[in-house]
Amino acid sequence: MSEDPLLPYTLRLADTALINGHRLSEWCGHAPVLEEELALANLALDLIGQARALYAYAAEVEGKGRDEDALAYLRDVASYRNLLMVERPNGDFGQTIMRQFLLSAFMHPFWEATASSRDSTLSAIAAKAVKEAAYHLRHCGEWTVRLGDGTQESHRRMEEALEEEWPYTGELFETDEIECNLVAAGVAVDPASLKERFDATVDRVLTAATLARPRDGWMQTGGRQGRHSEHLGHVLAELQYLQRAYPGATW
Amino acid sequence: MVGAMSHRKTDTVEDDTAQDPRSRALRERALAALACVHDPEIPVLTIADLGILRDVRIEGEKVEAVITPTYSGCPAMNMIAVEADLALEKAGFTDRKITTVLSPAWTTDWMSDEGRAKLLSYGIVPPAHSSSRASLFGKEAMLCPRCGSPEVERISEFGSTACKALWRCKACREPFDHFKCI
Repeated sequence: MSEDPLLPYTLRLADTALINGHRLSEWCGHAPVLEEELALANLALDLIGQARALYAYAAEVEGKGRDEDALAYLRDVASYRNLLMVERPNGDFGQTIMRQFLLSAFMHPFWEATASSRDSTLSAIAAKAVKEAAYHLRHCGEWTVRLGDGTQESHRRMEEALEEEWPYTGELFETDEIECNLVAAGVAVDPASLKERFDATVDRVLTAATLARPRDGWMQTGGRQGRHSEHLGHVLAELQYLQRAYPGATW
Repeated sequence: MVGAMSHRKTDTVEDDTAQDPRSRALRERALAALACVHDPEIPVLTIADLGILRDVRIEGEKVEAVITPTYSGCPAMNMIAVEADLALEKAGFTDRKITTVLSPAWTTDWMSDEGRAKLLSYGIVPPAHSSSRASLFGKEAMLCPRCGSPEVERISEFGSTACKALWRCKACREPFDHFKCI
């Protein structure tokens, strides 16, 4: 491999955090209650903050003069390496919560393990992110239980959301040459080592939410290689509009 | 963006007795100036109270202040960096640098006792001392900052800023902020 695997690895994490944060920020002004308005904006803020630190590091690793803003605002769909799950439209509040719960059930142990990475920058970013992910997991876990074990209507919607989101969980555990090299070097975390924690969290919360865990069937894939759904282009059109229309604009 | 993002590790603000008297005096002056910088979102606290001012280094005439964010996305960091820079300028430093570090990760354990007392009298319940916390369904106990009742309930895990949660007292019915423990 000619390219340093640390760059695509860091970009995957950065892109996932940014797109996830951007999607959550779309709830501003639309959340069902004021408290959730604040909560989702807070989650988004954490994620965009994590993305910024990751992009700054990716820029440093790349060493070609691009900065964090160039990486976030001036790359096209095919260059983005985020998980497909985070580019999906928000759906209703329940669907957003379900998606964020499943993702957080993975990200919390992921950041915890990454805090012991041999790469001191990734470990520093992870040590901050793990505290934030703990809040995200608890918040979304509690809402999953509240809605799943709520009214007939909320239960039905959460059941549907779970069916919709489940095929996107396979991507969380994918590995390729990029990961394998970095896992061997003690830099990256082997996602297989997080499966048990993920399963335990998901089972515990879904049981409390009276929701049946779907069987693992065919899983969606491609985001980490730059093969995206049509939704990402629309996200980027909005996210990157200002820098595309007015290159270099600052205020 | 103000202040370069760096990931160098740094310890808590330590005494730099190894330095010569002039550097020590300069450092004292810088620390005194920075002690007046307040968190724009919780103006009752200074950055030293919060524990986000990590170090002040003097090299010749050059001063470097090291700060760390509470949360990854804390929007107050840029403003804090600007204010810290201004405070140092007012104190007569011409060669200044504000550096942001991520490691070690900020914890509420770094908040000073004075800071905790200030928060409480401001109406915000300070964070508990231990930063260990279960990630799922943990229970918290605290007293209402206004009437002292233990009968309180959480309204939302997330409040007006990234670092606070929203609570309500069931005795006096007043809502209040709780500085989250991380």
